[in-house]
Parts: sequence; structure tokens; C-alpha cells
Amino acid sequence: MSELSEASGLLGYVWLLVAIPAASAAVLLLAGRRADRWGHLLGCASVGAAFLLGLGMFGQLADLDEHRRAVEQQLWTFLAVGDLRVDFGLLFDPLAAVFVLLITGVGFLIHVYAVGYLAHAPHDQTHESAGTARRRFFGYFNLFVAAMLVLVLGNNYLLLYVGWEGVGLASYLLIAFWFSRPAAATAGKKAFLMNRVGDAGFILAIFLLFAQVGTVQFSGVFAGVAGMSSTVLLVLGLLLLLGATGKSGQFPLQAWLPDAMEGPTPVSALIHAATMVTAGVYLIARSHPIFSANLTLQTVVVSVGAATLLIGAIIGCAKDDIKRVLAWSTVSQIGYMFLAVGLGGVAYALGLIHLLAHGFFKAGLFLGAGSVMRGMDDQVDIRRFGGLWRFLPITWATFGLAWLAIIGIPPLSGFFSKDPIIAAAFDRPGWTGWLFGGAALLGAGLTAFYMTRLFVLTFHGPKRWTEGQRPHESPPVMTIPLILLAVGTVAAGWLMSTSVVDWLTPVFGEAPEPHGLLSHGQVTALTMAVVVIGGVGGWAMFRNGTALAPAPAGPVVTAARANLYGDAVNAALFEKPGRWLTRALVYVDNKGIDGIVNGLAAAVGGGSARIRRLQTGFVRSYAMSMLLGALLIVGAFVAVQAGWFA
Amino acid sequence: MEGYLGSYATLGLLLLAGVLFLAAAFGANRLLRPARPANPPGKTEAYECGLDPVGGDWAQAQIRYYVYAYLFVIFAVEAVFLFPWAVIYADPGFGIAAVVEMGIFVGVLALGILYAWRRRVLRWT
Amino acid sequence: MTTDFQLPAIDYQAISPLLILFGVACLGVLVEAFVPRPARRRVQLGMALVGVLAALGAVVLLAGTNVVTAGGSVTVDGPALFMQGALLAFGVVALLLIGERRVEPGGAFVAQPAITVGSEADQRQASAPGATEVFPLAMFSLGGMALFIAASDLLTMFIALELLSLPLYLMCALARRHRLISQEAAVKYFLLGAYASGFFLFGVVLAYGYAGSVDLAAIHAAVDTSQMNPALLYAALALIVMGLLFKTAAAPFHVWAPDVYQGAPTPITAFMAACTKVAAFGALLRVTYVAFERLAWDWLPVIGVIAVLTMLVGAVLAVTQTDLKRLLAYSSIANAGFVLVGVLAVGRTGASSAMFYLVAYGFAVLGAFAVISLVRDREGETTHLSRWAGLGRRSPLVAGVFTVVMLALAGIPLTGGFTAKFAVFSAALEVGEGWLVIAGVVSSVIIAFPYLRVVVMMWLSEPSESTATMVAPGLLTGTALGIGALAVVGLGVVPGPVLDLAHDAALFLR
Repeated sequence: MSELSEASGLLGYVWLLVAIPAASAAVLLLAGRRADRWGHLLGCASVGAAFLLGLGMFGQLADLDEHRRAVEQQLWTFLAVGDLRVDFGLLFDPLAAVFVLLITGVGFLIHVYAVGYLAHAPHDQTHESAGTARRRFFGYFNLFVAAMLVLVLGNNYLLLYVGWEGVGLASYLLIAFWFSRPAAATAGKKAFLMNRVGDAGFILAIFLLFAQVGTVQFSGVFAGVAGMSSTVLLVLGLLLLLGATGKSGQFPLQAWLPDAMEGPTPVSALIHAATMVTAGVYLIARSHPIFSANLTLQTVVVSVGAATLLIGAIIGCAKDDIKRVLAWSTVSQIGYMFLAVGLGGVAYALGLIHLLAHGFFKAGLFLGAGSVMRGMDDQVDIRRFGGLWRFLPITWATFGLAWLAIIGIPPLSGFFSKDPIIAAAFDRPGWTGWLFGGAALLGAGLTAFYMTRLFVLTFHGPKRWTEGQRPHESPPVMTIPLILLAVGTVAAGWLMSTSVVDWLTPVFGEAPEPHGLLSHGQVTALTMAVVVIGGVGGWAMFRNGTALAPAPAGPVVTAARANLYGDAVNAALFEKPGRWLTRALVYVDNKGIDGIVNGLAAAVGGGSARIRRLQTGFVRSYAMSMLLGALLIVGAFVAVQAGWFA
Repeated sequence: MEGYLGSYATLGLLLLAGVLFLAAAFGANRLLRPARPANPPGKTEAYECGLDPVGGDWAQAQIRYYVYAYLFVIFAVEAVFLFPWAVIYADPGFGIAAVVEMGIFVGVLALGILYAWRRRVLRWT
Repeated sequence: MTTDFQLPAIDYQAISPLLILFGVACLGVLVEAFVPRPARRRVQLGMALVGVLAALGAVVLLAGTNVVTAGGSVTVDGPALFMQGALLAFGVVALLLIGERRVEPGGAFVAQPAITVGSEADQRQASAPGATEVFPLAMFSLGGMALFIAASDLLTMFIALELLSLPLYLMCALARRHRLISQEAAVKYFLLGAYASGFFLFGVVLAYGYAGSVDLAAIHAAVDTSQMNPALLYAALALIVMGLLFKTAAAPFHVWAPDVYQGAPTPITAFMAACTKVAAFGALLRVTYVAFERLAWDWLPVIGVIAVLTMLVGAVLAVTQTDLKRLLAYSSIANAGFVLVGVLAVGRTGASSAMFYLVAYGFAVLGAFAVISLVRDREGETTHLSRWAGLGRRSPLVAGVFTVVMLALAGIPLTGGFTAKFAVFSAALEVGEGWLVIAGVVSSVIIAFPYLRVVVMMWLSEPSESTATMVAPGLLTGTALGIGALAVVGLGVVPGPVLDLAHDAALFLR
């Protein structure tokens, strides 16, 4: 941690960052019908204002001396129980600043986009007017932004937890907004269960911190890390990791995230993609002194990341729902971030760069998907798209840029963010370097494959639409955010790979010299090769559409003839093992992981139903149980204390 | 078994042994008994010989008596305290305060009678 | 015959809250006897509210007092005053709910509970105004609770226990609707309550046998000096604690709570959940901290097991409940377990965290029952979960309040529930009782599920034909709701002042 500076100038108003969206949310939710007409504008304006404010503070923070680049602002004493004293305060340091810009910047674009999307979206809320629904939606949305800002700005773990629960709550409200399908209800339940498991880990970690160092302020905790035994550090780190995996949809708690996409719109799905789920990465990055202090812990985080990135990528190959593919891709990409933050040292910054780049291109992909769905009457099955590039040119172009970015084609952002992570994984000494590097490399190839499949099936190849569809481009209020995000996608990676590492140095420390198994150049070459193989393979396999779609009669024969050889190779080399693997993984995911979670829930529910039978309603059995209880207590006291068992 | 919780562990083991014994006995019973016990008519009756039990064991008391029960309690409580008090209230050290306190006590009980009287529960309709 | 009898000195100011409560209760009986029927409710409600507020004022004025008075039978110290204050504040809110008549014509209470259900006379009284005796009964019960918290000998404590219990048994039977289960609840509560009182009394007898006194401080002194067999002392401790745990609804003495909570009229359930809990824990704290503190080493593991059991039983059983009042009953059981965790962190921090928990829980549960009293159909209140589907769409404001309360009970940050759980758990950690904290966190994870299921039902389900209607709250219920919601949020955002107050107050006078 660097020294703190005096909070002067704009930096004295860090609390405004949270207060503006929060106040706007309060106005929107409490004002009633009067605000129906201008509510959404206020919602956008508040997040925009927070973004501008954040930008200004970012500038001021950059002007500070490198070793004193952080300001803290005390708000009020939240708790003073016994020895525990928790002051609520905000900490604005480089790490928080990066997140503030991401949240408010991308958040603002989503807000603007939502204005257009909501004007079109059919919603089934019979009891209220469209204006009221829109106002409420923006109210929840602002609440979400405020909670997310609390999460990243808090200067202690408890405030972080407050924001943590707050974003969870706001995201439930947002999912709730379009609730109409029963599938979504079960998805909500699963999301809830898995998040609670994660949250329990987090809160236990907070209690453990309190027990060990007597404070939950970041500064105090990190100062106390040196005094902890390695066992305590390990337990603490694992509990924090449990919280992080729950929120970020990482192995073994990943199943809820794609299911949550079942939910209503690309807008709320995006919350699960670009902002909220990165909270886990933030938590680990923020707690880096804890994770850096224990090698086992780092290995666990890296393993979680590697496992998740492969699981997400493989399952992504098997899905046909446009939002689900993107969801699994999110799981996979966050896996990369976990991998990076697990590696420690300078890789923390790499993980955050990937997080930022991902925020841009994944936002572009989700909003593009929304634009496609809007043009295709809410169709989500990519086997029912095809040839859309001519009808949705702007969406096609922006989606295409994001696609190139996520698979890591230079000079787009994904290349600059993913490539160093793979290189860093290879930098790990010994066989683990080969293992994790190989996993990251394989993941890059798979990503190229399934994203190409998604892109080709959606925008190219034969039309496989259902009857009577007339695709159309979205209005400017939706396309302009798309274009802005595309610009960000192009520019961000290069900008960030140079400056963000330096920017975050005060937080994470200097970069050590790499001493890797392979040089950076070799890794880049390998990565590019794998990506090209995956991408070209995907294009070749799917450029003529896919099964389950009526193929036009004429060109079928020629196409089949031309592709006979290639298809056979594909089938033998990629498709069959690939299919087998994906099926196996989907099976494990459904039966194994979900099985454990559902099994836990069922065990509680079943136990509950069983014990419930003890509640017979008869006074005599109640009296009996009280008597037994009394006998046991008396027995325990008298028999034990009087020394009958001594 | 030593230490802080040692003797609790002994107690716990004892309880566990008890539970296991019970479970084993019932389990053995379950294993050894015939799967379909004979169910001759009348087996589940309360008496296998003699008269069939007739009617329930349910007897109703007239609810109005509860008022008298309450009123009796009022007088009984009063008497329980009044007699010992009457023996000593004139002794030195007690004096006027004791009289006043008993007055308050009787007054509070009198409230109950007053209430019953006003609510006409003293009248048998 | 003794001649050196001294009248015990009574500090009338110190017991003025008790005197006010009992005085108003007696006056209430007179009002029943002499004021004409139409005016009774207004007079009773006004008098009861003024009385409780006056008593609350007296408690506030007494702040900082530390005396043992009335011949050593009443202790007025920090914890007593803090919990009496909480009790009276809850009492005001509960009285508002009891006095409400706009929601249900004639109020939530029936005129003559003894009339056979379904008879002609019963049908005649269905639309008649309800019994106003409930006000003096509630005042007697409140007085009993206030005395229970401050009692410094076991006999006074027992009398206070009966004084608070008997009116409660009666009030449970007074429901206007669903009268059979209301009567059933009253009888069950009475039988089991009497049974538990028996245990308590037996414990008192054994304690007297061991220490030669029923005074808590004398028992404390006798722990080291008495020549009697210590088995007497341990048995006394076990039985007394058991009697108190019955009132707090801790497992395995919780069995009455679901049936009674469900059957009793909702305002009375709210009264029981908030006020009785404070009173019972007040007495439990005093007994364990004043009389048996030297045995803390011995009772910690046993009561610890009870606390864990209570939390788990309450949380696990709440999962499958489909009736809201039963759900809140199991939640009250689980919350008793959480308070016990605070009690077990023996020391000033433990006591203060437990007291803070009681305050936070009381306001939340009062708010919850206030909302339940508003959701009705033609048959009266509809407490089945399925009938609440989609209520959020129909009445967003009240459903919003209920959501806040549920989130507080679930322990979501920035509500009183979170602060309270945090306080209790960190107090337990401070004295090294980590296992209680782990059990507590696990059960709070489990119990969050049923609470949030209610929220999900209200907001995420479509209203259907069977959805009940939300009656617009009258002034009284509206005020109660407002107080509950404000307190829940206030205790979550700025808990500092109340925590400080609890911490300053948490020293028992021996």
C-alpha cells in the first residue's frame, strides 16, 4: 500500500460518486408517476455525471506523487462493538479509480442503450404503464451502480460486503423486472443458492479477519498479514476465494451465471457479464497481500481460473442460445482473470487489464446480441439466424470488432490483454507453468472456435430464419453506444497494455523480471497459431450454416461436394471428440455441480420436512420433548459437573 | 477422557451408546419379525375380550363455572395473606404502613370483584 | 415474635415505571367496569398509550441509576433500564396494532371468547365490537415483563413470570377469526407454560436449598462458600435456565411457539415475539450473569449446544413452512439462538450485543406482523404463502416495507438485522467461541432462503385470482409500520448511538 495523500480539490468529494446514483435511484423509486416522463433521462444523467466526476478525480489522482497516490475519506463510525471498531470510509486509489471508470463508463452506455431497448421491449406488466415500468427499471439500475461503487470504493471489508450484497439484491430486482418464464424462476433460485454459499464464505472470512487482526480496514488487515500463521492465511484466502467464486461464477460455483442469462434482456444479462461478476476479481485483487503471502493459495486460485476457463470455453462450443454462448464465454474469460490474479505480482495488473478490455468487448457483444434479438423478434437461437450482415450493418461491424477482440487478434484489445496472461502462465516455474500455460493456450483456441461459430452462424451463411421475419437495424440510441464500445474495443487494449501496468504499480508493486519457459515472442506466435486454427476451423465448419435448419435446395449439392473432404476431417478430428467432451462436461455440470448444490438444498429441505413431523400438534408430545430436553440439560450439568464421568 | 470437554464427551458417548442400543434392538426386531404380521379382526381393539368400549372419554363442564373458579381464587389469595397479616400487624415496627399496604392489596383484589359485578357475571342467567 | 422488624426501604422513583404500568392496568379494569361501552376503546387505548409512554419517560429519566430496592427484590441497573426501555418502545408499537379497528371492523379481538364456536351467539357477536379487556391485560403483561427484567431474586422473578404469562394465555384466545386454532393456541400455551413454570419453580427451590436464599447475589456468593452438595446448584441452574429458555423459545423448548404464534391474534403474536423475547432474555441474562457467573465455565458448553440447536432447528424448519405466521415463529426460534450466542459471550460486550440484537429483532418482527395483519380476504387474514403471490405489484409501498423487514431478518447489510448479527458474532469471537459463529453463519445462510422466498413470491410472481388483497393501513397500523421500517433501516445505517447506549448500559449490578 502506498501512503495516503490529503484529500483536496475534487478528491474531497469521493462520496459524491456514490451519492449521485443513489440519490437518483431514490428519486426514481419514490417520486411516483410524476417522474415517469423524465425518469430515464435522470437515470442516464446521474451515471453520466458520476462518470465525468470519476474522470476528473482520475486526472487529479494521476497528478499526485506516485507513492502517495491514494486518498481516503472517513464518513462515519459504523460499528463500535467491544474491541471492534469499523469506520465507514471511502478509499480512492488507482485500483478503485480503474473500476470506477469501468462501472460508470460502461454503465452509462448501457443506460443509454436501455432507453432504446425499453422503448421496444414487450413487457407483460399489465398493472402499470410503460412509463412507470421504465422509471422503476432505471431506479433499480441506478441502485445497482451505486452499490457497485460502494463495493469498489469501500476502505474496509465490511463496506465491501455491503456493496457485495447490494449488487446482488439490485441484480435480483433487475432480473425480476421481466420475469415471466418459469425457467427464469429456477435460474433465480440457483443463482441465489450459489451466491449465498459464496457470501457465507466471505462473511466468515471477515469474522476470521476480525478475530486475527482485530480490524477489517484494508490498511490494518494488510499490515497484519505478516503476523498470521500460514494455516490462518490459507483458510482466510480460501474463504475469500469461495466468496469470489460465488459472485464471479467460477468453478465450482459457475452454474448459476449462464442460467441467470435465462433472464430477461441483454441489458440485465450485461450486468452479469461486464460489471457485477468482476467483483470477485476485484476482491482478490484488493486482497492481494493475503494471496501473495501464501503460495498454496496462489496455486488454488490459478487452478480455479484454469479449470473455469476451459470449462466455460468447452461448454460455450455446445450452446445454441446466443446469450448462453456469451454467458459461458464470460465464465471462461473471468477464468482468465482469476488465472492472472492467481499468478501474483505483475499479473494482477494483467488480470485487471483483461477485465477492462473484457468490459468493453463483452458489453459490445451483449448489446449487439440485444440488437440482433430486437431485429429478429426476440429469437435467441443462433441456428435460426444467418446472413444478417446485410440487414444490420452497424451491429455486424461492431459485433465483428468485438469478436476479433475476444479471440485476440491484434491490434484489438483482447490481444494485448490475453496474450500477456498466457505468457505469464508459462512463466510459472516448473511443470505447473506448462500445465497452466497449456490450459490458457488451449482456452484461447477454443475461444476462437466458439466465438467464430457464433459470429458466422449469426451474420453469415444461408438465412435460416423462421417465416415472416424482417430483420432491421436498431435506432441510433442503441447503435451509438455500440459504436462507442467498438471504438473502446479497438483503442483500449493498446492504451491499457502500456499505461495500466504503470498506473497500478503503486497498488501491486513493481514487475519482476520474467524467467519463463518460453519467451514472450514464442508464446505470442503459439497463441496466434492456435487462435487462427480455431477461428478458421470454426469458419470452415459453420459457414454453410448448421443442422436443424432448412437448407435452401439449390446450393446444397454444390456446397456439400466442395466441402466433403473438409467436413470429414472436421468430423473425425474435431467434431466427434469435441462433441463427446462438451457433452461430458455439460453432463458433469448438470449432474455433478448442480447435483451437489441441489442436493444440499434438497438435504436441508428434506431434513426440514422430516423434522417437521416432530411438530405433531399434540401437547403431550410437546411436553415429552420438553421433558427430554430438561433431563438432558440436568443430566449434562449434574452428571458432568458432579464428576460422575471424571 | 480429559480436558475441558472431556466429561461431556463421556456423556455424549453414553447417549450415543443408548441411541445405538435402541436402534439395534429395533433394527433386529425389524429384521427378525414376519414381514406381514397376521391381522385378525379385533386385534387392534382396545380390549380383546369383554365389552367393547363405548363412547369417548370426553366430558364437558359448563363453561360458566370458570367465573366462580376465578372469584374463588380472588378470595382464597386474599385469605392466604390476610390471616398471617392479622396476627402481627399490631406489633411494633409495622404500624400504619402495614395497614396501608394491606389496604392496597385488598383494593387491587377488590377491583376484580368490582369488574365481575359490573360485567354482570355474578348473575346466573 | 420478632420485634426489630424494619419496613424495607423502597426507592419509589426507581420503580416508578413499574408503578405506572400497574397503576394504568388497574385503572383499565375500572374503565371496563364503569365507562360506557362505546367510549371504552378510545379511553383504554389512550390511557394505555399514555401510560406506556409515561413509563418510557420515567425509564429515560432514570438513566444511569444503579440501585437495589424494595427489600432487595428489584434491581434497577443499566441492563434493566435499557431492556425496559426497549420493551416499552415495543409496547407502544404493539398497542398501536392492538388498538387498530379500521382494518377489521370491530378489531382483531372477539367480544366473548368463551362462547362456543359456531353457535348462534357466536354468529351474533361476529360483527360486534371486540373485547377491550385486552388493553388492561396487555398492560399487566407489560408490567410483569418490566418486573421480570429487573427482578433480583428468584421469587420475584417467578411472580413476574406468572404475571406476564397469564394475560398472554388469555390474549391468545381472543382472535376474532379462526377462533378454534386461537383457543387451541391458548390452551397449548397455558399447559406448556404452566409445565415450564413448574420446572422453573423446582429450580428455585433447589437453589434455595443450596444457597439458603433466593437472592441472585446471595446465590453468587454461595457458589464458593456453601457446604451443600454442588449437584443441587447444577440442577437448580439447569431447571431455572430451562424455564427461561421456554419463554425465549429455544430448542428443545420451542415446540409451543409455531402453534401459538399461528393461532394467536396477529397483534398479540407481534406483542409476544417482540416483548416476551426481551423480557425472557433480560431475565436469562440476569440469572446467568449475576447468580451463576462463576459457573460460566460449566454452563457455556451446554447452553452453547442449545444455542446451536436452536439456530439450526429454527432455520431448517423455516425452510419448509408455507404459512407466514409459522415461518415467523420459526424465525423467532432461530433468532433466539442468535441472541443466545450473544449471551454466551460472557462479558460486557456479549450482554450489549445481545441487547442490541433484541432491539433490532423486535422492531423488525413488529413491522412484519403489522404487514401480516393487513393482508386479508373475506375470511380474515390470509397467511398462506401462495396467497401473497404478486402482492408487490398490487401494493408496492406496504410490500416494500415488508421486503425491508424480511431483508433485515435475513441479515442483509445496511439493515438492523445485519448489524445485530455482526455484533453478536463478533462478541462471540472475541471470547473465542468460534464454533458458535460458524454455526450461526451457516444457519443465517439457511434461514435467508425462506425470507427471500417470500420477497420473491411478492415481487416476482404474477398476481392471480387467489392473491389476497392488501387493506390500506389505518393511522395506527400505518404508524406502527413506519416506526418498524425506520428503526430497521436506522439501526442498519447508523447503529452507533444505540450500540453505544447498549454498551454503556451493559453492566449488571450485583
